[in-house]
Amino acid sequence: MTDSKIKDFFRDVIFGDPMTALGFVGVVLFLLVALFAPIIAPQNPYDLGAISIMDGQLAPGESLMDGTIAIFGTDEQGRDILSTIIYGLRISLFVAITASTIGTAIGIYLGLISAYYGGVVDSIVMRLVDVKMSFPGILLALMLLALMGQGVEKVILALIIGIWASKARVTRSAALGEIRKEYMRAAQLAGLSANQIILRYLLPNSIAPVIVMLPMIISGAIAAEATLSFLGVGVPITEPSLGMLIANGFDYLLTGYWWISILPGVVLVVLVLCINVVADRIREYANPALRHETM
Amino acid sequence: MLSFIVNRVAHSLVVAWIISAIVFFGMYVVADPIDSFLPEDATAADEQAFIEAYNLDKPALVQYGSFLIRLVQGDLGISFNHGEPVLDLILDRLPATLELAVIALAFALLIGIPLGIFSGLNPRTKRSKATMFLTTIGYSVPNFWQGIVLILVFAVTLRLLPAGGRGDTATFLGAEWAFLTLDGWRHMALPVINLAIYKICMHTRLARSGTRETKTQEFMTFAKAKGIADQTLIRSHLLPNILIPIVTITGLEFGALIAFSTVTETVFSWPGLGKLLIDSIKLGDQPVVTAYLVLISFMFVTINLIVDVVYALIDPRIRYSAQG
Repeated sequence: MTDSKIKDFFRDVIFGDPMTALGFVGVVLFLLVALFAPIIAPQNPYDLGAISIMDGQLAPGESLMDGTIAIFGTDEQGRDILSTIIYGLRISLFVAITASTIGTAIGIYLGLISAYYGGVVDSIVMRLVDVKMSFPGILLALMLLALMGQGVEKVILALIIGIWASKARVTRSAALGEIRKEYMRAAQLAGLSANQIILRYLLPNSIAPVIVMLPMIISGAIAAEATLSFLGVGVPITEPSLGMLIANGFDYLLTGYWWISILPGVVLVVLVLCINVVADRIREYANPALRHETM
Repeated sequence: MLSFIVNRVAHSLVVAWIISAIVFFGMYVVADPIDSFLPEDATAADEQAFIEAYNLDKPALVQYGSFLIRLVQGDLGISFNHGEPVLDLILDRLPATLELAVIALAFALLIGIPLGIFSGLNPRTKRSKATMFLTTIGYSVPNFWQGIVLILVFAVTLRLLPAGGRGDTATFLGAEWAFLTLDGWRHMALPVINLAIYKICMHTRLARSGTRETKTQEFMTFAKAKGIADQTLIRSHLLPNILIPIVTITGLEFGALIAFSTVTETVFSWPGLGKLLIDSIKLGDQPVVTAYLVLISFMFVTINLIVDVVYALIDPRIRYSAQG
């Protein structure tokens, strides 16, 4: 993609619609906050020296012992909720982006070899896709985590297993359309190896439909990770994501300390909505049939 | 048709077999079954008896064979925490999950389909666009979070409905059901809404796109030209045509509903299968976890099989493409 095309894309697609522009700015802000969490957060909520139990369960806007104001309140341990959210955002985004990238890459690769080799490879991969798709993702993830136990890398693995299948299917059908074209035949006649053809020619021409889905995959992964962590089978308590923060605060919801659970949840929902607004717009833009209908 | 059914049954059996192998591998080979399946205060004699009963001193293949035989006989072990056979425990919790799922599904169909048809007939109106916007939100907001907000609004703030539990139950067909008592309905209201929201959004969208596709077809124009009243037109010409995909997806999604009830049951402390699973995972009650996973996967395989066969019965094209 040339520079001017990228510029056009941002001008027409992202900033051409106020909701999308807002969502995009939101996503960028969330990413920056997650990236610079230790600098931005008022305190390190997991440094026992920095928190005091005397500051426990302060409502949003009340001031701590040292005089600073806790805008989002504190939890039962005296941790500043704003800080736990900023650190939690970091874990949520890290898990979701890692899992989405790896899961999508695996799906693309399997889709490509499935389309290129056909035959036995194709039927094995596609049968695996069928089996995977006949179970809801959350059930597979629960199954895996019940067998493996908690952990950041285990959640990532469970999410990857939930992600790859449909991407393999989409890539395969895009690649099947490409394989019949003449340049593929030319590449084969030129004596390139199967790997070279797949990576150099088939890959760039078949990944568009899946790449367009990537923002949606990431927001789905964020929600899935939050759900698993809320259920208590996701990230460990030492590395709380947004879902884990909501779960911890949930115990206090009925006693009136609503902010411990609700504020991380609001951040989670705003994050997912921001990504989805941008994702929807990109998908519409990429699909001429939809574009015609909505614009 | 017979060869199609045989083909699908064989496929289902292979999938069920793969699942049993994965669960066996995870529970008996990767993890130590003595650790997993015997309570911590078990004596050496208990351990010896367990090893002999489960053939743990034999090769892995023999162990797998006896695992399969126990599975077929319905012997899924004894729960550590409850001291009861796991199968009894699961059957005991099943009604709570079933009533939640069935009522949520009924709501999803009764609200989603009319909403979708209305929205598909008038896609450019403000109301239709608002409906679509709401379904987008219903889709993107995580289910457990919707439940928490429901509790905050209806239980904590307005104090209209209980925040959790199942309330009074009454006995029917040898099981306890909450839908037979008023108190049960009060407790069921929020979990049912929570479980139904996602499905309502899905059915609205399905019915909407089906309606938009069908209403421009020639038989609709013809029926309209004949002067058939709008009500009849929708009921006897539009509805049957949009119903086929909805029926299939409803079948498949019923399984997903039971899987998702894990989330709803945890949020609302609803004593069903999903809560049993999560509690058992947290307490390390491996026999229950294993049994749940095996049973729910088999249930999925069966549902998929039934949906495939029913779909092939309705739509001959599928029958033939699967054979060819």
